[in-house]
Amino acid sequence: MIKFKLNGKEVETSAPPTLRLIDLLRDEFDLIGTKEGCGDGECGACSVMVNNLVQNSCLIPIGAIECADILTIDGYSKTELFKILSDCYSEAGAVQCGFCIPGMVMASAALLSENPNPTEEEIREGISGNLCRCTGYNMIVDAISLAAKKGDGIW
Amino acid sequence: MLNKDISTSVKKKEHDGKVSGQLPYISDVKLDTLLYGVLYRSPVAYGKVRSIQLPPLPAGYEKIGAEHIPGNNFVKILKEDQPIFANEWVNYIGEPMFMLVGPELDILYQLLEQVEVDIEEHQAIFTLKEAIEQKDQAGIFASHEFGEDLDVIQSIEKNAHQVIVEEYETGYQEHVYLEPQGMLGIYKQDEILVEGSMQCLYYVKNALVSALACEDDEVRVIQSPTGGGFGGKEDFPSMMACHVAVAAKVVKKPVMLLFDRAEDMEVTTKRHPAKFKYRTALDKQGNILCMSVELFLDSGANAGLSPVVLQRALLNSAGVYKIPHFHAKGYALKTNTVPNGAFRGFGAPQSFAAIESHMGHISKKANRDSIEYKRNYMVKQGDPTITNGKFKDPVLLEDMIMDLMKVTDYAKKKAEYRSFNQKSNRYKKGIGASFFLHGCGFTGSGERDHIKATVKLAKTENDGVQIKISNADIGQGVLTTMSKIVAKELDLPYEDISFPYPDTKVVPDSGPTVASRTTMIVGKLLERAAKKLKEQWQSGVAQEVIEHYVHEEMIPWNEEKFSGDAYPAYAWGINFIEVEVDTLTGNVRVEKVYGSFDIGKAIDERIVKGQIDGGLVQGIAYGFMEKMTSKSGRIQQKSISDYGPPTAMDVVHIESKLFDNPYAGGPYGAKGVGELPLTGGAPAVQAAIEDALQISFYQIPVTPEYIIESLMKKAGEALD
Repeated sequence: MIKFKLNGKEVETSAPPTLRLIDLLRDEFDLIGTKEGCGDGECGACSVMVNNLVQNSCLIPIGAIECADILTIDGYSKTELFKILSDCYSEAGAVQCGFCIPGMVMASAALLSENPNPTEEEIREGISGNLCRCTGYNMIVDAISLAAKKGDGIW
Repeated sequence: MLNKDISTSVKKKEHDGKVSGQLPYISDVKLDTLLYGVLYRSPVAYGKVRSIQLPPLPAGYEKIGAEHIPGNNFVKILKEDQPIFANEWVNYIGEPMFMLVGPELDILYQLLEQVEVDIEEHQAIFTLKEAIEQKDQAGIFASHEFGEDLDVIQSIEKNAHQVIVEEYETGYQEHVYLEPQGMLGIYKQDEILVEGSMQCLYYVKNALVSALACEDDEVRVIQSPTGGGFGGKEDFPSMMACHVAVAAKVVKKPVMLLFDRAEDMEVTTKRHPAKFKYRTALDKQGNILCMSVELFLDSGANAGLSPVVLQRALLNSAGVYKIPHFHAKGYALKTNTVPNGAFRGFGAPQSFAAIESHMGHISKKANRDSIEYKRNYMVKQGDPTITNGKFKDPVLLEDMIMDLMKVTDYAKKKAEYRSFNQKSNRYKKGIGASFFLHGCGFTGSGERDHIKATVKLAKTENDGVQIKISNADIGQGVLTTMSKIVAKELDLPYEDISFPYPDTKVVPDSGPTVASRTTMIVGKLLERAAKKLKEQWQSGVAQEVIEHYVHEEMIPWNEEKFSGDAYPAYAWGINFIEVEVDTLTGNVRVEKVYGSFDIGKAIDERIVKGQIDGGLVQGIAYGFMEKMTSKSGRIQQKSISDYGPPTAMDVVHIESKLFDNPYAGGPYGAKGVGELPLTGGAPAVQAAIEDALQISFYQIPVTPEYIIESLMKKAGEALD
């Protein structure tokens, strides 16, 4: 049995320790918000937070998450901070096809919680592990910058 | 009410579902008794299938092959040459031969590895170069020739001061939509339902009717939320739909086919590699006397969409210029490689990269600034097109160029960079520009003769209105823009307009989501439908209105002769790009990007900005970053980082501007915007790198390796 915290709740699984975290989330816990774009840790669509650090869930065998605190978009989207990010993503026009967006939001959240007032360069670096093919990134950069301002003091 | 200017942005219809991750893409769909499919793909580039030996299949696992197809074993795009399951001949590495279906993916992959096939190998054609050399034996899928008589060209060349002969090549481009291809076939008592990631519902439906040899109402297609397309989900999904539909019919269970990234990169369609050969005669002052171009597209193993990609490539072969005595000839050629298909721009990005490069190089020969040189040849309103059509609407290129030259302080910047480059040994700066257009909608009479779009609006008893069209939101904002047009016409709140993901049981065929046609053509039909509904409006009563495409008469298009108006309207654009090149490593840093566009009228400024930014970044990357190659018929880049699309760190803020120029045939004056912004990226970045290094390049992408090679060659020449 592997025990860990998932979106604020203590959970456990009897799945084999070599199973990828993304598969556990999507198949056993039916959390579809975490998307798979490459399975190689290259695109960031499967980004989740593991103990407050953003990670690619396709690269993590679940044997490594014993006792860890996992936050996915499915849980994060119920928070007040998410609402700010969601509004800013909309206002900046940051969402096109949407497939990269849950991962991008998790990367944005991780960046802002570590650095509440990032410069443009820091934002670009912060989301450089998350690919987007639709937007050319600038409107996502704008969204994060806007969220930093709107959520001033609470990140 | 949507009383504001239509261009004022609104929240996108599907925003909440996408940002929270809860809007289900096809890979998010869970069903009981779901089976997966995996495809056995040809390991050989060209050969005759002798035998296929399967390992013993466990209970619940089945092989689905050509023998299970009740109808035609091909997907007809234009020609009947794409087998659904290649059971006699294989024409490229990766061609699907059969499918294994069963409940566990791991077991399916193990079984695939135990399959043994015996294929009699034949001599394959792997490169465009070989295809050009052997084109008469190897296969020409399409060819066209038009323009000035070659006799006239010859006599002009004879008397010319000089004739510039130049070759230019463009490489593959991979779509890298973030969501890999996926399709689900569901067996039902009275129908086969196919759901998946796609741009063109009725292409998929027509392919299914043909493969299943069934009645129209026995198949049904629903678009899932689609994680990016860029043309990659135009023609390709039809094949996958046939795979899952045939399988679902046999096993009487739902069958899902999902590609992983490596499979998606190796076997799905890409942008056609192309080669151009120019002959341009100049007088003493460097003025153009005549120009002839031959262009060749690498179609891959099947015709697919290549004949129409070739048409668009040819139609753009003179760029935005009025060239005296212009002649063009083009071929779509067969090679035993993965079939190439639609990609945002559809042949135009290759042609614009080539003609912009060529015009730039000629201007250098003439010792003139390339922008000033190109402006001498720029088309104006009333000018003929290269097919003797007419640019009947205002052309704002000149205003756009004047404006950006002022904004960039072009002359001053040129001088500054020249002096910077004199002082700096390692880093060199440059500025380059590109001028381009995009013909909106289908080429020629395609809308009238082939597409024949129909749209419906359905009003409920509660006075809500639903849009019924087959056009797919693939991220470009169709759900939102179409809803805005209808809301505005009906004086209803935008929120009262519903636009569910389309289902062929419900929506008529309003045509495919391609060719920068949705806003301009389908949007106009919806505008008219909404006007009609408004006239007939009866509160509390369910009503439905239908509108059909009406052709705007132009100079009639003749495909055989390649003459007449190829498009009803043109969208225009210009880019200025500034770069810094590290001559030690060959790395290019894009420092500034400007774009000005005439797309008629923006239906939603923020959505248009998204199209500009995203398209331009794809176009710039096509020019210097993204490199895909094929070796002995095998795609060499199997992962995203092998290929190298841009990350947020490769991109800078884009200064873009729209020039209003409403087009009477589009809703509120809108023209197409989807493809245009990609087109100018590559030629502008190439021109900027050339300006920085004072070297000419003859292919894209201009990679660091190519830069270093060219610098070494230049240094060698200087020593000689």
